[in-house]
Amino acid sequence: MGSEIKMSNAPEGLAGQGFFATTLDAAVGLARKNSLWPLPFATSCCGIEFMSTMSAHYDLARFGSERLSFTPRQADLLMVMGTIAKKMGPVLRQVYEQMAEPKWVLAVGACASSGGIFDTYSVLQGIDRIIPVDVYVPGCPPRPEQIIEGVMRIQDLVGRESVRRRNSEEYRKLMESYYVK
Amino acid sequence: MSAMKTNQEFLAELPRLARPEIPYTTLNLGPTHPATHGIFQNVLQMDGERIVHAEQTIGYIHRAFEKIAERRPFYQITPLTDRLNYCSAPINNMGWHLTVEKLLGIKTPKRVDYMRVMVMELARVADHIICNSILGVDTGALTGFTYVYQWREFIYEIYEEICGARLTTNMGRIGGFERDFNDIVFEKTRRFLREFPPVWQEFEDLLLRNRIFMDRTMETGAITAERALNYGMTGPNLRACGLDYDLRVHEPYCSYEDFDFQIPIGTTGDTYDRFVVRNEEIRQSLSIIQQALQRIESMEKVFHAEEEHYYLPPKQEVYRNMEALIYHFKIIMGEIDPPVGEVYHAVEGANGELGFYLVSDGGRTPFRLHFRRPCFIYYQAFPEMVRGQLLSDAIVVMSSLNVIAGELDA
Amino acid sequence: MEDNKAGHIERVLRNATGLECSVIQDAYGMFCMELPVNQIYATLLALYRDPELGFNFLTDLCGMHDPDKRGKELCVVYHVQSMTRRERLRIKAFASEDQPEFPSITGIYATANWMERETYDFYGIRFLGHPDLRRILNMDEMVDFPMRREFPLEDPLREDKADYQFGR
Ligand code: SF4
Repeated sequence: MGSEIKMSNAPEGLAGQGFFATTLDAAVGLARKNSLWPLPFATSCCGIEFMSTMSAHYDLARFGSERLSFTPRQADLLMVMGTIAKKMGPVLRQVYEQMAEPKWVLAVGACASSGGIFDTYSVLQGIDRIIPVDVYVPGCPPRPEQIIEGVMRIQDLVGRESVRRRNSEEYRKLMESYYVK
Repeated sequence: MSAMKTNQEFLAELPRLARPEIPYTTLNLGPTHPATHGIFQNVLQMDGERIVHAEQTIGYIHRAFEKIAERRPFYQITPLTDRLNYCSAPINNMGWHLTVEKLLGIKTPKRVDYMRVMVMELARVADHIICNSILGVDTGALTGFTYVYQWREFIYEIYEEICGARLTTNMGRIGGFERDFNDIVFEKTRRFLREFPPVWQEFEDLLLRNRIFMDRTMETGAITAERALNYGMTGPNLRACGLDYDLRVHEPYCSYEDFDFQIPIGTTGDTYDRFVVRNEEIRQSLSIIQQALQRIESMEKVFHAEEEHYYLPPKQEVYRNMEALIYHFKIIMGEIDPPVGEVYHAVEGANGELGFYLVSDGGRTPFRLHFRRPCFIYYQAFPEMVRGQLLSDAIVVMSSLNVIAGELDA
Repeated sequence: MEDNKAGHIERVLRNATGLECSVIQDAYGMFCMELPVNQIYATLLALYRDPELGFNFLTDLCGMHDPDKRGKELCVVYHVQSMTRRERLRIKAFASEDQPEFPSITGIYATANWMERETYDFYGIRFLGHPDLRRILNMDEMVDFPMRREFPLEDPLREDKADYQFGR
């Protein structure tokens, strides 16, 4: 069996003898999207599926997310997996606030996305009530394939994002609407 | 009780490591610490690197299971039980079905019992795989984890053949299973029995006589059998202290009395013993699966009790036949009145006695359902177990106790 | 034979505590007993100490709320177990909502600590003599006791389940 190493394609640009010109956005996007450092915020059952995703069988490392960053300060992607109770809400928010820009959020599983089967007084009905979410992965729990798909959608977002987005007025408004400092 | 020292007494005896004029350091471990696999918060008082006192805060994923259960008919409670100890969901499912059957007085055929036993033991193996390999990770051996986790994936595949789900299985019905095990189940289980033991042996060899591992785990987090009983410990953690209390033998349910197996016990109740006990339990479980498999295959193919009032009609009937559809609806919505009564039924969960206390007032939902969650009960002992030990030991002890957040916080 | 067992427990308890009690065995083989609140501690201690019965393992402790039972709305259910004799005993005690006070049994069983805290958290039952009776699962700021019947299960903040969406 020959090895099938896949390289990510170069972005659109102008190529010639000894040079290649493209937009800064595209180059940065390409680099960013293939080197996401996820912060696994695994609270319950979905976290076990994340373990499956990380381990040898599904191997999230194939998508450039080999290194789990357990400190929020060095993470790019916050993966929230599992039920977030109201007691946990402030902690999650603090973790989000500690992450450096640019940052993305992936809500894995029904609980993180909407509270799931736990429509109760103690469970936060979706983490998007306290922090902005980029991609939702449905399922209770989602299969590892789905989680990977979610990461790939995040990669798409990351790849297409303008370097200036985080400085824009629109983004500032979004953060303000969540009262994120 | 007299044997227990109060914290003050303990502190008075403890020689200070750091200079006495320096106050104890307070260290906040958690709630989202990478080493604790889940949401546990401990506020530790440290003397140098030694733990003087630990104070736990739990409830970070409290989901109000018991409140939900009071508003759901019996069939709709099964998915809740999945999410208690999600590392071994089928045991919880079966335990719940057994409880309801006990209330209703349903007698299941032997083959159903054996099928259940097989599934439960697979779940136990799956749970112990996680616990022990994570213990390896916490002592610095990640390789073993990635290696044996493959086999947990394989168990998922068997679950998938049985019920279509991997983790939160919602498996089985009141009175049996929704369908018979197909050939792939048997084939895969046999392959599992054949190919998993050598892998596990290899994993065990990696750690069992490993100097680093032994130094890290021996004599850490030890607890005496007496204290363990007082703390309500059950399951492998209690057996590691040298007490052979196992519900499968003690109060056999689900025809466990027909199987031939042993209960491994430890002696000192430390982390190493818990590791070894779990290892041996995996072996015993494999032997039970083997026995169950033989019996299931040789018996007449029944897979549910003849119980039209609670056993759901087959799906293909429901789609074609009005009678069946009505029954399906009635059962799912709890329109059939259960008897009035109170039952307590316990099964040997992967980490202890998983009890269901069900009070029915004859209505469509339980009047009260209380889960006796083993983690919640034995995690109380943690401060006593880590007192006087190093910070890094606390992580190992917590990991070897196998505290599952979903079960802890209900 | 079965009756003798229940009678035996009664006898032992009578000798140890000097109080009358009646033990029955229910249809599922469990011994059951109902006690007034002030006898709980003495009875559990007697059961714990008696070497012959050996009910020295507290399996479970939980609360229950039944608003229809006037004056006996709140109930605490204790399950104790004798590992040597393979028997289980269920003890129930009732109290009214106005005075939800029970003796704490943490002095006998270390494990009762969290179980009592949980029961307090859910039902507001105060366990007198508990070393540290705080909420355990819910947030400290909470004022209600969520497992009481009148407390709604659903999160009140959800808009997608508003009445108008169901035509109510
Ligand atoms: S979505 Fe389902 S599997 Fe995931 S944490 Fe919630 S209950 Fe568990």
